[in-house]
Amino acid sequence: MTELTADSQPRVGHGFRLQWEPVQGCHVLLYPEGMVKLNGSAGEIMQRCDGERTFAAIVTDLEQAFGAQGLEGDVRAFIDIAVQQRWLVWD
Amino acid sequence: MATAAPPSRPGPPLWLLAELTYRCPLHCVFCFNPVDFATQEQELSTDDWLRVLQQGRELGAVQLGLSGGEPLVRDDLEVIVAEAHRLGYYTNLLTSGVGLTESRAAALKAAGLDHVQLSFQDSTREMNDFLSHTKTFELKNRVAKMIKAQGWPMVLNVVIHRYNIDHIDRIIAMADEFGAEYIELANTQYYSWAYVNRDQLLPTREQLKKAEAVTDEWRAKLDGRMRIFFVAPDYHDGKPKKCVNGWGNMFLTVAPDGTALPCHTAKMLPGLAFPNVREHGLREIWFDSEGFNRYRGTGWMKEPCSSCEFKEQDLGGCRCQAFLIAQDAEVADPVCVKSPHHDKVLAAVAQAEKAAAAPRITEHPLVFRDPANSRRLAKTAS
Repeated sequence: MTELTADSQPRVGHGFRLQWEPVQGCHVLLYPEGMVKLNGSAGEIMQRCDGERTFAAIVTDLEQAFGAQGLEGDVRAFIDIAVQQRWLVWD
Repeated sequence: MATAAPPSRPGPPLWLLAELTYRCPLHCVFCFNPVDFATQEQELSTDDWLRVLQQGRELGAVQLGLSGGEPLVRDDLEVIVAEAHRLGYYTNLLTSGVGLTESRAAALKAAGLDHVQLSFQDSTREMNDFLSHTKTFELKNRVAKMIKAQGWPMVLNVVIHRYNIDHIDRIIAMADEFGAEYIELANTQYYSWAYVNRDQLLPTREQLKKAEAVTDEWRAKLDGRMRIFFVAPDYHDGKPKKCVNGWGNMFLTVAPDGTALPCHTAKMLPGLAFPNVREHGLREIWFDSEGFNRYRGTGWMKEPCSSCEFKEQDLGGCRCQAFLIAQDAEVADPVCVKSPHHDKVLAAVAQAEKAAAAPRITEHPLVFRDPANSRRLAKTAS
């Protein structure tokens, strides 16, 4: 897999499933016999990683949704962790 | 059936383990099914299971284990998987692979099955077939390929004991060749059939040390390609495990006859009533039943647990192990070095060292898990 660039289109990795759990009030990432509870910002990032949107579009979308600026560094930091865990992949 | 609730309300039963049947074509000497399984024949119906799934999901259950026995012997497995998928569970099939054909694999995939955990007894045909008392090694190889062909993530589960622990290098290599995402090297937990066969299955300290070193080498070599879980051998470590992540904390098992349990072996504990899903809803079972509330949290503890600095970390270890080894489910898990019964665990390990050094002199024959042995053991117990 290549370095994360503005054009990368991250998606949830093979064998993982992202879903909203109303009882827990959060997004969770499910995988064989396991579950990761995502905090609010991780859930917001992950649900935008649909394999269509580019990294740049995800950042812009988040900045618009939360009326914030300069989120790129934070989003990149999360994606770096997520890719190490294989939660996210891109081509 | 209501009793005093623990001080804080527990979270949801995130893990629902559906033990669909005790029927199994294999006869593994370390099986965790109750030794008297053959005397429990009343299996839940398809409708019962669909109701349990629905109630579990409403409570917040999200991981579903479909286990047994061999779950593939239930011909309604596809129906159960389809409903579980519709409800939003992540569905895990825990199987020996016996009964999985190309057409069944395709049907399970279409029903929405998310993952398959395939058990292996060993990396060699001889030991695999000997330990399971069946000729299944070739079949398991075929099934592993079928699982990959369907695009499922695959966990290989190998129960580790004296007879196969020295093959661990080859076992990991085999899992890697199969393209497994995960391998569980599950050091035997000594309950049920494994407890009956404990003297023969316990590995020596030397064997364990080697196995851990080999596992570490593989971890470095694999560089994350396949993950290795090495289940801690608690008899040797002297450290109790936080069994099922805490009694009634996140696991809910439903046995084939509908008994709801905090873990799959808890039914052995005397004097504890566990409710049945035929008569009670899961919500009432989870929050209000005596069986689920008895050992929640730390309030039930005696010394040395109640003043122990690690009590929140291990929650006193395993109640079933306390009962099996000390004949008292309320005491500290005897694997703990602080337990007054720890000498019994040390004696078992010492016995294993002796038996391994002179196998022919000290060993009793292995007891294979089959209905005849089950009925015999049930009779001896009663």
